Amino acid sequence: MGRLNEKVSYWMLVAPALTIMIVFYILPVLGIWEIAFTEPTTGVDNFVKMAESSAVKTSFVLTFRVAAITTVGCLLLGYIVAYSISNFANKFTPLMLALVILPFWVSVLIRSFSWIVLLGRSGLVNDTLRDAGIIESPLRLMHNEFGVLIAMIHVMLPFAILPMMTNMRGISDAYVKAARGLGASEWTAFWNVYFPQTIPGVMSGALLVFVLSLGFYVTPALLGGGRVLMISEYITYQIQEFLNWGLGSALSVGLLIATALVLLIASRFINLRSALLERK
Amino acid sequence: MSTPILSIRQGIKRYGSVHALDDVTLDVADGEFLTLLGPSGSGKTTLLSAIAGFIRLDEGSISLRSKDITKQPPEARDFGMVFQGYALFPTMTVAENVAFPLKVRKKPAKEIADRVAECLDLVQMGDFADRLPIQLSGGQQQRVALARALSFHPQVLLLDEPLSALDKKLRADLQWELKALHDRLGVTFIYVTHDQEEALSMSDRIVILKDGKIQQEGAPGDLYNKPRNAFVADFLGKSNFIDVTVTGREGDVLSCAADGAKFEVETDAPLEVGTKTKVALRPERLRLAEPGEEFLSAKVKQVSYLGERCQVIVTHDSLGELLLSCATWKTGITPKPDLPVSIGWDKDACVLLAPE
Ligand SMILES: Nc1ncnc2c1ncn2[C@@H]1O[C@H](COP(=O)(O)OP(=O)(O)OP(=O)(O)O)[C@@H](O)[C@H]1O
Ligand SMILES: [Mg+2]
Repeated sequence: MGRLNEKVSYWMLVAPALTIMIVFYILPVLGIWEIAFTEPTTGVDNFVKMAESSAVKTSFVLTFRVAAITTVGCLLLGYIVAYSISNFANKFTPLMLALVILPFWVSVLIRSFSWIVLLGRSGLVNDTLRDAGIIESPLRLMHNEFGVLIAMIHVMLPFAILPMMTNMRGISDAYVKAARGLGASEWTAFWNVYFPQTIPGVMSGALLVFVLSLGFYVTPALLGGGRVLMISEYITYQIQEFLNWGLGSALSVGLLIATALVLLIASRFINLRSALLERK
Repeated sequence: MSTPILSIRQGIKRYGSVHALDDVTLDVADGEFLTLLGPSGSGKTTLLSAIAGFIRLDEGSISLRSKDITKQPPEARDFGMVFQGYALFPTMTVAENVAFPLKVRKKPAKEIADRVAECLDLVQMGDFADRLPIQLSGGQQQRVALARALSFHPQVLLLDEPLSALDKKLRADLQWELKALHDRLGVTFIYVTHDQEEALSMSDRIVILKDGKIQQEGAPGDLYNKPRNAFVADFLGKSNFIDVTVTGREGDVLSCAADGAKFEVETDAPLEVGTKTKVALRPERLRLAEPGEEFLSAKVKQVSYLGERCQVIVTHDSLGELLLSCATWKTGITPKPDLPVSIGWDKDACVLLAPE
């Protein structure tokens, strides 16, 4: 009886969120799947078209490349930040943490627009370089992959920093000390003793950034200026410009499957449960 | 003492207004088992960390075989260290942990493998070479940490409360093993603990610290029998303290008086007549007898039975409560609450403490 009651109250607590998810997310996604197989004709035509189109292939390759470079960039920069906050800062720790989290309070749209202000033809960077006499004609800093990457790394950085930092803050300084005491130089102690212990954090940061980047829309759309068509923007084109609901839906099914595959492959190498949920 | 292997001169370390180490001067003899003993926060870990090189002294110097090492980084000092929580590297197996100090010294692979096997055998962990630290019990981790600290033939082995995380029985076993290992290897051990029994049973010499200051150093027996001040007398075992005034001297014997009792103490301490100080009496040195047989009459207040011994608290009219510890197997009187008794002691049981 007690157990039954417990179960009922458990489901009552979960129900509101679950309902919202089902009605406004799961059902529409299923609708998309349906469209993918029924528009304009029933069958797998859309998927065949998708597989044959070289534009789709280019877009997928581009998407994975941008996501991969963004991930590597975020890990490199983020590792340094996470390491400094966890190991050096003391009374500045709360301030530095706030600076990492602060960008979450500003919409991605605004952050991406600010990169346009910075990187545009007569943006801050180009103007400064020209005034300083370093360049004559403006550099192409955006509406290409370079601009997309810079802004993507900026937007994704906190997602890399936070899991790595949580992981690093759980590592006692006794290990590095012990290594030094046993004769290791600072670098050897870091590389052989500290770094291996941070791999779970690095992995969960990498996974988070990579998966989020695969489906990212706003930043590539703004900084790519239509020239860097990542999959989500490509889907938008198909639907908004060509009213091609069938292919658009098929593409989003493809993206979903690709993302699921990434998680599946990752789960062979890392413990997703501990990487994403326990953050340790 | 022949030339010490390690000497610390006037070491001072401050954390804000706290003196973690306050004018510490200490010599460590080659091959000795030295214990740093003190209550929590007395500066034991700080002193050990300064010796290991993890913290820099604010003032003072440290030298190893007469060579100044005050400014050397820890990796240059060649000391083995066993940490409070062992700090075994969690991503490496037992064998890799033990091999680590040899790897960083770029020893040939063959030599490393041999030495690792040898060290693991030394601590009876040969069968566990391929396990990860989390797959070991506390006592096993402790052994691996010891093997790792010994694998590179360190000049000195530093141990920070290596047994504090273990249960009492295991601790007693490992104390014997550690001591035997020390005697076999002849390496200098500097051992930190806050457990007085551990210190007494293992050490060649004990240094007692309090508030970053050395209170007294010496062989376990000397410290126990001749504590210099009330802190040492109370920290190593238990003591009864009695406030006295010096009344006279005859050769080596100083006579003192307290309210209602007289004490004679053998000492060469130059104390003037009239000086107020304390004497300490160990509970186990006090004798319990029928009223009138000894010189101090008192009344039993409380008895607690501890198996091989029993503790008796008696009250004396002017000295207050005194603690006695008697063997339970001894025939004689059986103490019971409210029983009138008398108390006595041998002359050498009475220890004069330095005036404060
Ligand atoms: N990094 C530090 N910052 C500030 N104060 C410190 C620091 N390390 C130690 N102290 C202070 O120095 C004093 C001595 O500390 P230490 O760790 O040496 O004590 P300990 O004798 O090892 O105690 P325990 O038995 O609890 O390990 C304490 O008062 C402690 O608060
Ligand atoms: Mg300590």
